[in-house]
Amino acid sequence: MEIVYVYVKKRSEFGRQCNFSDRPAEINVDIQPDPGLTANFIERDPIDAGIQCASDMSEHEVNTERFEMENAGVNHLEGGWPKDVNPLEMEQTIRFRKKVEKDENYVYTIIQLGSLMEHCIKQNNAINIYEEYFEEEETADVADEPPSAKTINVFRDPNVIKRTATHLSWHPDGSKKLAVAYSSLEFQRSSKDMSYDSYIWDLENPNKPELVLRPSSPLVSLEYNPKDSHILVGGCYNGQIAYWDTRKGGQPVELSTVEFSHRDPVYGTIWLQSKTGTDCFSASTDGQVLWWDIRKLTEPTETLVMDISRKGVLENALGAIALEFEPTMPTKFMVGTEQGVVITCNRKAKTPAEKIVGTFSGHHGPIYALARNPFFPKNFLTVGDWTARIWSEDSKESSIMWTKYHMAYLTDGCWSTIRPAVFFTTKMDGTLDVWDFLFKQNNPSLNVKVCDEPLFSLRLQDNGRFIGCGSKRGTVTLLEVSSGICTLQRNEKNLAMAMFERETKREKILEARHREMRLKERTKAEGKEEDVKVETEEETPEELLARVQKEFFEIIEAEIRRKERAAKLSKPQAKEITDENEDEDEDPYKEE
Amino acid sequence: MAEVEETLKRIQSQKGVQGVIVVNSEGIPIKSMVDNSTTVQYAGLMHSFIMKAKSTVRDIDPQNDLTFLRICSKKNEIMIAPDKDYFLIVIQNLTE
Repeated sequence: MEIVYVYVKKRSEFGRQCNFSDRPAEINVDIQPDPGLTANFIERDPIDAGIQCASDMSEHEVNTERFEMENAGVNHLEGGWPKDVNPLEMEQTIRFRKKVEKDENYVYTIIQLGSLMEHCIKQNNAINIYEEYFEEEETADVADEPPSAKTINVFRDPNVIKRTATHLSWHPDGSKKLAVAYSSLEFQRSSKDMSYDSYIWDLENPNKPELVLRPSSPLVSLEYNPKDSHILVGGCYNGQIAYWDTRKGGQPVELSTVEFSHRDPVYGTIWLQSKTGTDCFSASTDGQVLWWDIRKLTEPTETLVMDISRKGVLENALGAIALEFEPTMPTKFMVGTEQGVVITCNRKAKTPAEKIVGTFSGHHGPIYALARNPFFPKNFLTVGDWTARIWSEDSKESSIMWTKYHMAYLTDGCWSTIRPAVFFTTKMDGTLDVWDFLFKQNNPSLNVKVCDEPLFSLRLQDNGRFIGCGSKRGTVTLLEVSSGICTLQRNEKNLAMAMFERETKREKILEARHREMRLKERTKAEGKEEDVKVETEEETPEELLARVQKEFFEIIEAEIRRKERAAKLSKPQAKEITDENEDEDEDPYKEE
Repeated sequence: MAEVEETLKRIQSQKGVQGVIVVNSEGIPIKSMVDNSTTVQYAGLMHSFIMKAKSTVRDIDPQNDLTFLRICSKKNEIMIAPDKDYFLIVIQNLTE
């Protein structure tokens, strides 16, 4: 359709100045929408499509097969000179150079390049383009970043027959080396060809271990001496203790005598704080804890039998799996046993009976890891069966906090050295969990699948950033956690302290109630034995229900009031109330 | 001949310049303002580097060519101006 507007003008009026005048708006063309045209179009859902005016590229990844590499150096001497020029002879080289300098091309080229070069040099001198502009500004708070862990390096067992990496120990200064103890913990599963060696790995070189330790029996545990970084002590599968000096090579400097050693694999060895720096103690499932001075490994300096009846009878002793020792409390130590009991001991007690101070039971299976919180030594973490539990020394009946029951067995755990409420655990399904108890208690903050085989051991480096995990097939994975997990949050210490205190108080109250109720029951049972029949006829089911309900609600009210008072002091509350309600639920029904 | 000398002297006199080396396409140092061992080291190392950089640029776009190469390191900056037959290498200290 053509839109045309025709107007007529006199020739004499051309070139005249324009007289503009206002007039109302006129509709020149009005094209109404024609619904009939919609038949020519197909309606489509609006889509958002991004277009970029750039060439199409595709991404390809290539991964080569792993092969062994070795570094070698080559020394180059001067070369490149043409055949007739001997580089060692000054005259010939000078003559050659003079010849080149006479070349016209040379002159031209150098002048060209010279001007180009001068430009860049002057640029450099004018302004430093690599200047650091915002050095003083601190990076923004990255607390919102979700926690993550990245694998840095993987150290594989070089032997054909893979053994479990049972224990890891970081080098005391700088943590550039990792000592790993390898052994096969499965009963009678070790074949004749299995190598007994354990390795010290240098973090930079995952292809070849830095040092090979050759004990006479596979090592189950291995620890660096925190005072002298060349000395390591290892506990063997056959119960002996051996110590190495890395300056002297892979053979143990001394081995303990078989008669006086343990009768079962030595699961825990820890160095003690002493002036000589040569004291250590070891624990094994044969029920003994032995103290050694490595200068004289022929016999232990002290022994202690883990018999909780305090009679020192070896047959009743509980097998010890985990050892714990805190250098700030040199006389106390804790032992985690196969039977799920934690025994606290005092080394300085006069008689062996007094040495065992107390017990904590709560796990259904062996306690594989035992660690005190580095910030609050009164609280310690135990890892065993399918849960990890946090205990307080004051509350002996049960743990103050615990994780839920997992699907896989927990094998090892440790506290973070930087954040008081963070700890790490490894499981049999090959995952590493990072728990932040101030943030979330029902689930780990981060769950990382490290490998397909079960993880057996875990060790955090002293700076809290790197974790080494050892697996069943001998693969040690080095992970780096994100900065959110290893930087201390604001006010965290106070919050963690408040949380531990609160939970301890709660447990104490529950303990007190339990004791009260047990006492009541006992007196009731004694006094009312004859009137039992009469009692049941008097109270109808409805009355009983009403009474129980009333009591239940009274208890809840009391708890809520107490909680509200405590809530003014600290933050995460909601879970505590529900937890305690669940606990309170059981009590009224027990009374019946 | 004199222009070459003048050019190189001018470059040498700029602020921060530590050394100037002229290398030919086979890697033989023609002119150098630093001691012999350093010259030989630089000539040998830079040669393969320049070749690699040049071929990289040409691989990405065959009609492109390398005009200038700068290696900035913590202590100094190595600048290389390549040509068909010769390279001019200058080592300069970064200004504070």
